[in-house]
Amino acid sequence: MTEPLHPSPAEYTWPERGHRRLIGKRISRVDGPAKVSGKATYTYDVHRPGMLYGKILRSPYAHARIKSIDTSAAEKMPGVKAVHVIQGPGTEIFWAGDEIVAVAAVDEPTAEDAIRSIRVEYEILPHLVIDTDPQRAGDLAKPTAEEVVGDPDAAFQQAEVIVEGEYGLPVITHCCLESHGLVAEWEDEENLLVHISTQAVSSIPNQMARPLGIPAGNIRVKMDHIGGGFGSKFSPDRWGIVAARLSKMAGGRPVKIMLERDAELMVAGARPSAYGRVKVGAKKDGTLLAWESTSWGTGGMGGGGRPPLPYIFEIPNQRKQHTAIMNHIGSARAWRAPNHPQACLLTMAALEDLAAELGMDPLDFFLKNIALTGRRAEIYRQELQIAADLIGWKKHWHPRGDRSRGPIKRGLGLAIHTWGGRGHASNCDLTIHPDGSVEIKLASQDLGTGTRTGITIVAAETLGLPMDRIKVMIGDSRYPPSGPSGGSTTIGGVSSATRRAALDALDQLFAKVAPALNARPEDLEAVQGRIGVKGDPSRSMSWEQACARLGGMPLTVRGRNPGPGHLTGSGVGGVQMADVSVDVETGVVKINKMVAVQDCGLIIDMKTAESQCYGAMIMGIGYALYEEKIMDQLTGRMLNPNMEFYKLAGLGDVGELIVHMMTGPGYDERGVIGLGEPPVISPGAAISNAVANAIGVRVPYLPLTPDRVLEALHKKGGHHATH
Amino acid sequence: MRDHRPSDGRAASLSRREFLKISGLSLSLPVVTDFRVIRVAGAEVKIFGPGKVPVTLNINGKTYTAHLEPRVTLLEALRDAFHLTGAKRVCDRGTCGACTVLMDGRPVYACSVLAIDAQRRSITTVEGLMNEGRLHPIQRAFIDNDAQQCGFCTPGFVVACKAFLDKNPHPTPEDIRKGLGGNFCRCGTYMGIRAAVLQAAGMQKGGASHD
Ligand code: FES
Ligand code: FES
Repeated sequence: MTEPLHPSPAEYTWPERGHRRLIGKRISRVDGPAKVSGKATYTYDVHRPGMLYGKILRSPYAHARIKSIDTSAAEKMPGVKAVHVIQGPGTEIFWAGDEIVAVAAVDEPTAEDAIRSIRVEYEILPHLVIDTDPQRAGDLAKPTAEEVVGDPDAAFQQAEVIVEGEYGLPVITHCCLESHGLVAEWEDEENLLVHISTQAVSSIPNQMARPLGIPAGNIRVKMDHIGGGFGSKFSPDRWGIVAARLSKMAGGRPVKIMLERDAELMVAGARPSAYGRVKVGAKKDGTLLAWESTSWGTGGMGGGGRPPLPYIFEIPNQRKQHTAIMNHIGSARAWRAPNHPQACLLTMAALEDLAAELGMDPLDFFLKNIALTGRRAEIYRQELQIAADLIGWKKHWHPRGDRSRGPIKRGLGLAIHTWGGRGHASNCDLTIHPDGSVEIKLASQDLGTGTRTGITIVAAETLGLPMDRIKVMIGDSRYPPSGPSGGSTTIGGVSSATRRAALDALDQLFAKVAPALNARPEDLEAVQGRIGVKGDPSRSMSWEQACARLGGMPLTVRGRNPGPGHLTGSGVGGVQMADVSVDVETGVVKINKMVAVQDCGLIIDMKTAESQCYGAMIMGIGYALYEEKIMDQLTGRMLNPNMEFYKLAGLGDVGELIVHMMTGPGYDERGVIGLGEPPVISPGAAISNAVANAIGVRVPYLPLTPDRVLEALHKKGGHHATH
Repeated sequence: MRDHRPSDGRAASLSRREFLKISGLSLSLPVVTDFRVIRVAGAEVKIFGPGKVPVTLNINGKTYTAHLEPRVTLLEALRDAFHLTGAKRVCDRGTCGACTVLMDGRPVYACSVLAIDAQRRSITTVEGLMNEGRLHPIQRAFIDNDAQQCGFCTPGFVVACKAFLDKNPHPTPEDIRKGLGGNFCRCGTYMGIRAAVLQAAGMQKGGASHD
């Protein structure tokens, strides 16, 4: 590898507006043809010679101790090649669905038969799987100390209007369409090859090394495509280690374990719940004065997250206390924008209730208090105005409770959100071959967010080449390490590393060709497939001619993030508004229209950026209206570990969606910022607020199912005002 | 012809789903057997399994054969026996549409059809939609409208959209909302899919060759 030159940091910049040929345009994703034709290979599609199928016996009990395990019938079964006890007699089990025994067999039906033949005796222990009442949790409730900001008691005294309400959202699951899983195979005694569905190609080897007792460098991880992760696929998981062990037991034959749908929903992904009793106070003119909240939630034995309350609005006087409930459900995993959707609902719903009590339009109320949002106040103000225009807020908004005749009530609601999204650590090797071909290697992954496309755009833009001249290779742990794809950090990381690599590579190429063009290297530019002297089109040569001057050796340059120059930023703001209709006879909520206005710094590909926002809104409609991991306290089991009763939003459920991306002066200069999390934060709150506006009463908990809507209408309660 | 083995009458009176379950409980024998015929209420009924039986499928115009247990679904046969992995396995019980293929031109959930029942039918998978290496207009429209993110639901949606457009060449947005409710996407690509269907329908209207 050649040492890169070191231009001064100021030179590592994004091209100026007006000089961007590809960046920010609407470009179709580069792996679109592979995906639409069925050729894209996912871990689930990997088929290796001699491959065995692994299956796992799971605990039917939420809390139990294993007394005995009898695997003798499975071991004798023809076609069964390995049986591995994962948790042996004496072990305490903490959730239904936990892994007990694994088998590997020549085909799936045989593996299923083997699992069914295993006998396990359990001592059943008391369990807790519900989370709506911290009182019932006893010892499993872990309260944290109360936090106080300012003087909440005095502020509530001063407040002219105070509302109190209860709000919450249950545990939901990730429900990736490609379940978790892998194919593990020993290439020899010491070396393991793993195809795995993961958000963290570079960090899986290290996570598997210790349990398997081999160096991380002996583990190679590969993944071309992944069928969804959303925060749930950072670890090899216990079944990953188990697949490697089964493979070892079977003489190194590849073992494939892909979770069945019920296991996927029971154990492989959960977003922590959050509930809270919230009290907010303001002056009559709407000035926010005081916040008080008692919140709780669960994420299984880990206790779950802690929503940052109050969300975004830094109300000057606060008292807040949170209790984590540890219960016997599959453990929580990061779910797009951890803790933010929960905090957003608890805050935005309380504020909207307060606005209703004040008799204020919540849009005016938010604008009135916009200074409390801090340094992004101006962004929110602009975004609120744009969103209001797009949804027709001034025309359609009415005070709480649609007084029109008939059972269909219409309402508008809004919410705002924020997220970080600075680019993660990323390394890439960009190689220019003497024949002019270009390849980029990095151990990143494309979750469907358009990572491959973003890297291709940045390299092509920088090198002045068409996109089809750039070959991007990701998804192999042998490539330069790149961070896990979580927290909206990927696009900032990989685009910055690629930009630096491409700029450095160009510098070296310019140095090689400058003499032939009778110019200084710094006077050269790469545009439209040619290298030439800036401002003198007569002195140029084709990209191929230039690359031929590299001699026999390709030029490889390592690009890194973080690094010199301001290429990635952090801290975005977004606004969403929802227009809903509620049938007060059936309780059915229908989305008429939703608007998302979002900033994310410099946008690399407008088309995939908009797709992130549409997708996030749709996922948000799902958790606002349909999704809930329903736990049965009697049996300790999940009642809906399937897709009939764990409901996702369908194509007909989502209404009209509008996305507006903030671009141009004031936005582009902030560098590239990730977008996976922010737009998924607001939908629950915006839709809940719209429903309250439509029917005149708060439905306290998501999802806003017909029974909950009808119950709220029946009670005509949810908050009480005190003056 | 009559077969007197006692389990036959019981198996023959069961629905396909129950039959799937029961044969799952029995020991699978790595022996290849043919079917037996029994008489139930005056009709002759073929009994397969529980061992493997020869299965011949016509997929994308080609003939594929394998020895499979009768409980093996069309989806498992496509993916595991014939390595046609375009159709995806997600819910494995007829809810999500990720496994959608065409059987005699009609969309079916391949996870909910037994491979032995798909014999003598013409099966088209997403792999069969391309024509001499050229993408089908609906595939082109999916790319143009970014109707895929992770892409795991995409093959099922592409096939479902093809079947939908064959039946409704000039759909309204309302037709699309109703007609494509049998597939789920977790990434939320429905806006792109709606636009893709309208684009592909527009091409059809223009008389562009479709198949
Ligand atoms: S896998 Fe067949 S419908 Fe879901
Ligand atoms: S694109 Fe990911 S599930 Fe549809």
